[in-house]
Parts: sequence; C-alpha cells; structure tokens
Amino acid sequence: MSKGHTATGGKPVTTLSGLPVQPVYGPEDIAGLNLAEAPGEFPYTRGIHPDMYRGRLWTMRQFSGFATPEETNRRYQYLLEQGQTGLSVAFDLPTLMGFDADQPESLGEVGKCGVSICSLEDMETLFRGIPLERVTVSMTINSPAAIIWAMYLAVAEQQGADWGRISGTLQNDILKEYIAQKEYIYPPHPSMRLVTDTIEFATQQVPRFNPISISGYHIREAGSTAVQELAFTLRDGIEYAEWAVERGLPVDAFAGRLSFFFNAHNDFFEEIAKYRAARRMWAQIMRDRFGARDERSWKLRFHSQTAGCSLTWQQPYNNVVRTAIQALAAVLGGTQSLHTNSLDEAYALPSEHAVTLALRTQQVIAHESGVTAAPDPLGGSFFLERLTADVEEAANEYIRRIDGMGGMIPAIEEGFPQREIAQASFEYQQSIESGERKIAGVNAFTVENEQPIELLAIDESAAGHQVEKLAALRRRRDGTRVTAALDALRRAAEGSENTMPVLLEAVRAYATVGEMTAALRDVFGTYQEKSIL
Amino acid sequence: MDQIRVLVAKPGLDGHDRGAKVIARALRDAGMEVIYTGLRQTPEMIVNAALQEDVQVIGLSILSGAHNAIVPRVMDLLREQRMTDVAVIVGGIIPDEDASELKKQGVAAVFQPGASLEEIVRVVRSSVKQPA
Repeated sequence: MSKGHTATGGKPVTTLSGLPVQPVYGPEDIAGLNLAEAPGEFPYTRGIHPDMYRGRLWTMRQFSGFATPEETNRRYQYLLEQGQTGLSVAFDLPTLMGFDADQPESLGEVGKCGVSICSLEDMETLFRGIPLERVTVSMTINSPAAIIWAMYLAVAEQQGADWGRISGTLQNDILKEYIAQKEYIYPPHPSMRLVTDTIEFATQQVPRFNPISISGYHIREAGSTAVQELAFTLRDGIEYAEWAVERGLPVDAFAGRLSFFFNAHNDFFEEIAKYRAARRMWAQIMRDRFGARDERSWKLRFHSQTAGCSLTWQQPYNNVVRTAIQALAAVLGGTQSLHTNSLDEAYALPSEHAVTLALRTQQVIAHESGVTAAPDPLGGSFFLERLTADVEEAANEYIRRIDGMGGMIPAIEEGFPQREIAQASFEYQQSIESGERKIAGVNAFTVENEQPIELLAIDESAAGHQVEKLAALRRRRDGTRVTAALDALRRAAEGSENTMPVLLEAVRAYATVGEMTAALRDVFGTYQEKSIL
Repeated sequence: MDQIRVLVAKPGLDGHDRGAKVIARALRDAGMEVIYTGLRQTPEMIVNAALQEDVQVIGLSILSGAHNAIVPRVMDLLREQRMTDVAVIVGGIIPDEDASELKKQGVAAVFQPGASLEEIVRVVRSSVKQPA
C-alpha cells in the first residue's frame, strides 16, 4: 500500500501509508466533518487536556540501558542532570527473553542491546540514588514484565516508597510481540493471563502506575504503514480491555491506566493525523464499545519514539534532522512523553554525545520553537483535518476486519497482521530500490568515503561481571526459600490466582529472571511462530 | 542450471526479522530457493539446517551486537562438518572493524544497513562456490 511520495510528472501522490494526497485542500474538504470540540473535550481529537503544553510539557524520556546496572545507573544520573524528566529502561536480550547472563543462550548478548538484569540485586543497583517516589520509570519489557515489575516494586519498597504513589509504565504488551517485536516466550493465552494479572494488581495496589503500554512503535518498525500501526495497536487495546473485563474488573477501574506508545515517523502530517485519529477512535471505543463512564477511561495517553527504522548508516548526521522533524510531529500531535533517537542509531547504542544532542532536540522544541503555546495548533487545517478523518476511516476498516476474524488472537494465529506488515515492508523496500522514494545519503545525495563517527563500545567484561555477581548471589541467598518460592510460582501458574504476590516473594528471595521464567515455562510451554515472509 | 539454494537464518536472541524476511523474499523473486529458519537459532541448528537443506549459501542476520560470538562459531562448525564449500554472508549491525575481521575468518561478504537488495542478490549469486 505504501507508494512513493514524489510529486513529479503528474503521478499520484500519497502519504507513506498510501492514502491519496490531493493537489490542494480547501474548506470543501472538511465541510462535512464535526470539528466543534475543543482540546480536552470528548473525543479529544485536539488533545486530552484543555491547556496541553501550556500546563505541562511532555515528559522527556530517553530510552536507555547498556552493559551492567552500574554503568546504566551512571548514564541515568547523567541524563537526569541534562534535563531529562523521566527514566526509560532498555534491557538486554537475555533479560528480555528470560535468560540469566550465565545461561548458554546469553553468550555474546549480555549488555549489548540494553542493561543486564538477572535478579533484584541488579535492580537495586540500577536505581541506586534514584528516588522512585519522585522519578517515574518506564520499562520496556514484555514476556518477563511481571517478573521485572515485581523487582521494581521490591526496590521501591526497600526505598520506603509508597506503592500507592509511585508511577511509571510497564510495556507488557505481549500481543505486539507475536505481531512484530517477536520477544514472546509463552503462547498467547497464558501470556495474556500474566498481563491481566499485572493490570489487576495495579488497580488494587499500584494505582498510579501504567501496567501496560499498548504499542504501535514496534509494529511500525517492523514495516507497517501508519494506518496499520494505528489499527493494530488500538485493536490490541480492545483485546486487553476485554480480558480485564472478563477477569471481573469494571472498565473504569483499569481503563484510565491503559497507556499507549506510537512511532513518530517521517510523513509529518500523516503522523499528526494518526495521533489525533487515535485519540478520537479510542475515546469512542471506550465510551461506546466498553461503556466506560469515567472520562479518564476515554483519554488516550501516549508516549512516542521517533522512528529508528528511518535512520541511516550513511551520513549519520542527517539523522539529527530526521529526528527533529519526527519529534516535532509527535509534539504537534499532542504526545505525553517522548524519546528522540540518537544520530548513531544504525551503528550502536547511543554515545553520550549523541544522546545529549537527541535530548537537546526536545529541549529546543519545548523552549525555543513556540509550538507549545497553543494546544493542537494545526487544528482546523484543511489538509490535516481531512487526513485525520481519512486515517481514522482506514484504521477502522482494519479493526472491523480483525473483529470479523474473532479478535486479535485468532488474527495473529492466522498470520493476518504479520502478513500485512511483511507486505508493507517489502513494498517500502522496493520503493527505495527503484528510487521512487529518495533517502538522502542512501539512494540520493550520496558521498564516497564518509568520516567514521565515535561509537559507544560494550565489551565482554560486562558479561563476566554479571556472571560473577550471579555466582556470588546463588552462594549468598537462602536456597530453600528460593526453591519454595519457585514451587509456589509454578502452582500459581497452574491455577488461576494472580501471580504477582508469588512473584514478589520469589523476587525478594533473590530468585533470578532465568529461574522464574523457567518455572513459568514449565507450566505454560513455549510459542513457536509460523514464519511469514 | 540448478537453482541456488540459500538458508536465511536468525541466530541468537535477536527477534528483528524485517530485513531477513525482505531479503529472503527478494532472493526468491530472483529465482533462488530460499529456506528461512525463523528466529532464535543456535549456530548448531543453523549448520544442521544448512546440511539438511543442502544449501550453497548461508545468510546470517544479526542486529544484536552478538556477531563476534555467533559468526566464528558458525564458521567453526562448518569446518568441523567439512562444509567449507558453503558460502557465509552476514548482514546487520556490524561495525567496519568487525566486518573486516569476519571476512578474514572466511565470511564472503558483510552487509551493513542501507545495502541495496540488488547488490545483495548479486553478491549471493557470485558467492556460490559449488557449480549451481
């Protein structure tokens, strides 16, 4: 569906998603649309607050983590000193997949894509000197989310922080793993049970925490269009809400803490339209499909990240420009929280220099550009309002199709979203190969012999350090208590009680991520996907 | 002329398969027989699949930074299995110095982000050591 952008020779012009763009827009294009509502009014097309950034800026929340908890803690302290206003934890692949640093599957992977967290001890180190009652933390973790959240809650407890007051976000969106990011461990049904356990536990004990960040970012990174990103994300949201209601939770008890996470990609106006359509669609879904009555349930809150997949190896300084434009789209789209990518995205994890520049990008937009002065400043634009309606309609069509399949889980099992994504990503690549879509430095405006840039290096000593710590931990801890806790975890998994209390006990006993994951895997089994090219 | 047989593999824990899938499809469109292993393959699983499927080329897609642990292990296993006539091509997030080193270890080609499908198809074709 994604066609070229080029407006030459009278060829049809479309957005990145393939929605047609007319040669010009005027009042007749928005005449039939209902544009009466103000920012902060249902269905919140124009923003969830009447004042938006006049009242409070978005949270500047750079996703970060590498090597050991000690090193990542230092980077967090640095980022907070540089003006970041919230933390966001990137875990390494072993942690994401539920393996300890000393397991064979972890060879070569420890600390490379994020911070290595094997036990509560690592979590304590990660947040040393960071008061969890005052700093909000987002954690990008999915299959082991309940385990990692239990560790976070245990650290908060050690600090004397009140669970009733701490806030942050757990990504914990397993459906998009099957669809796009592929960090699944267990099959869909037990995985959804774990997610529902965390949502239930949050409503009861950690009411200011967002137990889930329903994500489109990764769906987009896997190659989907903006329309698919929006549709699959909201349909995933519908699935989570249905499971929570099925658990017996009244919708208004949990819906206000469902949060979202979108990509901020290159097509400036399409992205802004996407965010506005998302708010409008979700408000109507919550009120009309789920019968939610509390306005907090209606208001879609989201974090954005600029598009990693749009950044290039060639001429990496061009990425600074791409990120700035994408960040601006997210701000004009009313995001609550934002991560801006670093120029070295295609090479390595961000160097200190690169992440500082990425943070400055947000700070310049916030304090120098003036765009924060009026909420939804582009509201009323003939082009944008028409595009918002078009994106909404196209996304609703996808949601209807998935409803027709019986919901997101049957759709995933049938391979529907995966196929759509694979097709969109192939077509996108073809448009680059043909030169129809130009990317500065890659297939246009190229240079020979580029200068290398300085990169963050993560060496194997991180792995050695983590392995040594684990050995010492296993010697030090009460093995009997761990064994009992893991047995209790298996029993809870086999039954239907909420797994969070037994996870908390296991975490406090210093059971490791690998041990707890293995216990759950013993009960739930593993998921094998059927690959779709 | 027989079809070129290629194994496209995702070794290690990395689940980012967009590139591997696009390339697998492009190689198929170019007339090659492509077997995609799916995710989270160990070097042992990959070499075994290459043997079972009797491929001439193995394509490894690694974006996790684990290439220096994974690729040499694949090369060692191919030597152990006397499969050194199978060409190995690596793609992903591979810094220049590591790419040079991998080529010294016998990797036929290393593709970094932004490589064109046309070039990848051409290099895969020309890397085949056995008569096709």
